[in-house]
Amino acid sequence: MSVMKRVSLIFRAKADRALDRMEDPRETLDYSYKQQVEMLTRVRRGVADVATSRKRVELQMNSLQKEINRRDTQARDALGKGREDLARAALQNKAQLQSQYSDLETQFASLQEQEEKLTVASQRLDAKVQAFRTRKETIKATYTAAEAQTRINEAFSGISEEMGDIGLAIQRAEDKTAQMQARAGAIDELLASGALEDHVGGNQDYIQAELDKLGAGAGIEADLARMKGEIAASAPKQIEGNGAAPAAPAEQEAEPADQQAGDGL
Amino acid sequence: MIVRILGEGQFRVDDDVAAKLTALDKDLDAAVRDDQSAAFTAALRAAVSLVRTSGAPLAADEIATADYILPFSDATVDEVRKLLADGTIPGDSIGLP
Repeated sequence: MSVMKRVSLIFRAKADRALDRMEDPRETLDYSYKQQVEMLTRVRRGVADVATSRKRVELQMNSLQKEINRRDTQARDALGKGREDLARAALQNKAQLQSQYSDLETQFASLQEQEEKLTVASQRLDAKVQAFRTRKETIKATYTAAEAQTRINEAFSGISEEMGDIGLAIQRAEDKTAQMQARAGAIDELLASGALEDHVGGNQDYIQAELDKLGAGAGIEADLARMKGEIAASAPKQIEGNGAAPAAPAEQEAEPADQQAGDGL
Repeated sequence: MIVRILGEGQFRVDDDVAAKLTALDKDLDAAVRDDQSAAFTAALRAAVSLVRTSGAPLAADEIATADYILPFSDATVDEVRKLLADGTIPGDSIGLP
C-alpha cells in the first residue's frame, strides 16, 4: 500500500483512538485546548534549544578559525626563517583543523534550517490553536452533545495531525541537538585542554618553541624598533593635545547659554 | 486533495499533481520494501518538490486532515520504515489522557 496513505492512517488512527475514549465530547474540548497550549510552549522551547546549539557551534567555529589562522601565521613565519619542516608541520595541523571546521559548518547549516522550520511550525500551530479555540466555543454554545460529535471529530482530527507532526519534528530536533551537543562537548574539551593541538598531530608546542627560539633575537630588535617608533609618534600627539586644550573651555562656556535658553521655554 | 509534508504543513493539490504523486508513491513504497536508500531519497525529493511547487499552502488557521502525508523532506528509509512498522507518534496528539 501507498506510503503516503499509510502515514496519514497512522496519524488518523491516533486521533480516532482518543475520540473513542470520550464520553461527552464537549467536555474534552477545553482539556484538549489546554494541551495544545502546552504543546505550543514545548515547540517554542524546542526552537530556543536549537538556537542555543547553533550559537554554540558558531562559537566553536570562531575558536577553530583562530587556531587555523595561527597555524597559517606560523607556517609563513617558519618559511621566512628557512624552516620548511616546521612550515609543513604547521600546514598539516591547519589542514586537519580545516576539516573539523567544515564539519562544524555542515552542522551549523543543518541547525539553522531546523530552527527556521520549527519557528514556522510554531507559528502555524499558534494560528491553528487560536482557530480551534474559536471553534470550540461555537460548538459548545450551539450544539447538543450528539450534534457536536461530527464537528468535534473534524476539528480534533485536524489539530491532532498538526500536533503529531510537530511532536515528531520536536523529537527529531531533540535527537539532532543531542548528537551535536555530544560532539560539540568533545571539541570544547579539546580546545580548552589544548589537546586539539597534540591530537591533530605535528606537535604544535614544538613548532612554536622552535619559532620562538629562532625569532628571539629578531624579536628583540623588532621590539626596540617598535618602541622607538612609538616614542617618535607620541611626540606630535602631545603637541596636538596642547593645541586642542584651549578649545575645551570655549565649548563649556557655550553650554550654560543653551541651558538658559531651554529654561526660558 | 490535501497533502501534508511533515515539518512543513499542508498543501492543496489538483488532480494532475495527485496523479503524479501516486506514481512517485509507488517508487517510495518499492524503495521502502526493498530497502533502497538512494531510490527512496530520489522519490521523496521529487514528491516533496512537486508538492511545494505545485501545491497551494493551506492558511495557517485552517484546520483540516490530509488525505496523504509525506515524510520529512530529509527522512531516511530506515526512519520511515520504523514509523510504518510501529505506527507510533510521540507526544499526545490531541491531548487526551
